[in-house]
Amino acid sequence: MKTTPLSRTWHSVERFVPIVILTIYSIIALFPVVMILVNSFKSRKAIFGAPFQFPTSGTFSLIGYETVIERSTFHIYFLNSAIVTFVALVLTLFIGAMAAFALAEYDFRGNAWIALYLSIGIMIPIRLGTVGILRLMVDLKLVNTLTGLILIYVAQSLPLTIFILSQFMRQVPKDLKDAARIDGASEYRIFGMVLPLVRPALGAIGIFTMIPIWNDLWFPLIIAPSAKTATVTLGVQQFLGQFVSDWNAVLSSLTLAMVPILILYILFSRQMIRSITAGAIK
Amino acid sequence: MQQTKRRFVFPVHIAVFLGPAVLLYTVFMVVPLINSLRLSFFETVNQNQQSFAGLQNYIKLFTDSNFAPFFWRALRNNFVFFAVHMLVQNPIGLLLAALLAEGGRLRNFFRTIIFMPTVLSVVIIGFIWQLILNPLWGVAESMLEAVGLGAWFGPWLGKPETALVTVALISVWQFVGIPMILFYAALIGIPDELTEAARVDGASAWETFWRIKFPLILPTVGIVGILTFVGNFNAFDLIYTMKGANAGPDFATDIMGTLFYRTFFGQQLQLGNPTMGATVAAMMFLIILTGVLLYMFLWARRIQTYEL
Repeated sequence: MKTTPLSRTWHSVERFVPIVILTIYSIIALFPVVMILVNSFKSRKAIFGAPFQFPTSGTFSLIGYETVIERSTFHIYFLNSAIVTFVALVLTLFIGAMAAFALAEYDFRGNAWIALYLSIGIMIPIRLGTVGILRLMVDLKLVNTLTGLILIYVAQSLPLTIFILSQFMRQVPKDLKDAARIDGASEYRIFGMVLPLVRPALGAIGIFTMIPIWNDLWFPLIIAPSAKTATVTLGVQQFLGQFVSDWNAVLSSLTLAMVPILILYILFSRQMIRSITAGAIK
Repeated sequence: MQQTKRRFVFPVHIAVFLGPAVLLYTVFMVVPLINSLRLSFFETVNQNQQSFAGLQNYIKLFTDSNFAPFFWRALRNNFVFFAVHMLVQNPIGLLLAALLAEGGRLRNFFRTIIFMPTVLSVVIIGFIWQLILNPLWGVAESMLEAVGLGAWFGPWLGKPETALVTVALISVWQFVGIPMILFYAALIGIPDELTEAARVDGASAWETFWRIKFPLILPTVGIVGILTFVGNFNAFDLIYTMKGANAGPDFATDIMGTLFYRTFFGQQLQLGNPTMGATVAAMMFLIILTGVLLYMFLWARRIQTYEL
């Protein structure tokens, strides 16, 4: 290839343009979130007077956080969200892994049908059954309980979990399981042996199960709207509705609601994105 | 793909392994869904009584002046909402993925930042953008003025002509990370030998992408399309957060999800109606099912023959 000055310029443009586009888009993605974080630490006057400035000693203020901590019950919402998300996650992974193991390991009549039956839930959103779910919850006296929410979230998360996990479990070498069988291990024991081998997949599915549960507004709003059972997402939605005109309080409550997820995301983003790109989710 | 065929123990353990998942999924998802569909054929007589009504609810939904205008508007708005995602979100996702797949040292950094809004709750995103676009705060206006487009600014969320597209674009901003990451995963999975040959033959990056890479990631294009479709026809949170259950201004942002919520739970003056709510949900079910079946039998099947 000949390297004329022109082709060299063209080459550097080709290298340069992607970086420019990605930088611009990153700013678009980051900017609104940064605006909220930065302004939540400023006085009301500075929020409106100089929205693009970082807080200075003259404009720094925690008044919004004081209001939020005084007036709201955020700690209860956080606790509710943490309980619901954690219990639903553990149940989903364990119950899902058992079913995935059965589907991947045993050749029994109806295997394909059960797999098909379970995978309908991947495409059909559980929300469409809300009328029926609410009735069921009323009958079971599970309205305004965290248990109700947990059961719904487990049912919602199982289909995709089973689908992905069973693909991973098929990759576990046969020899390993056969050796254990010859040694007289029970099938339950073999399941216990396979489980640690698919740990990376469990981690990835865990993160992708957790986010929609933590962020869900629909079911807390419909099944568990009481002050005692509200989750963070619902709590923020209702709290912000009351304080629309108190900008300090709105900005700081948004920050409080965002920060835990952002920290988790920064900690786990590598694994999370790698798990998708490694083909965990096709 | 069953690879196991070995001595058959009495399959009690299979039942133990499958039981909890099948039970929970059936009781809390499948049965309520079937019940909701069944309920769409019944009429609410009073609080706790329903009587069989055949297709009455559907006829009402399509023709009654109390329901039909809302239904058709929500359906149309939902298609606009979907179109904005297909025309803006997915092409931008593809572009970003193609740029990221080229490599470079900052790749991980960009990927992490661009995916970030996707993990935040829709409620937070909705409020953030309400503040950013609020003329009172003026952030969006100052930004546009800085690049000389100040005259473009308007109360986009408040005007019926622009509210729906604005809300859809906010949703695009949040979820562009999903098509990006799926396209990216597909693009980096393409073996180098395939693109190498084209490079040697002197094809430009642009040609290589459209002639070689894009046809190879067509299955992902289909998956992104159907995921967008299902997600959009099931959307609710963002519009409820930003515009309330009434999906204002003047129902301009009303989509199937908000219509379902209002019909089921009622609004200021109107009592909730479980059977009509179930009818709206049944329509959403039919729309989503049609989309999924079209995808499975038209797109996915054609792509397969393409590969052979």
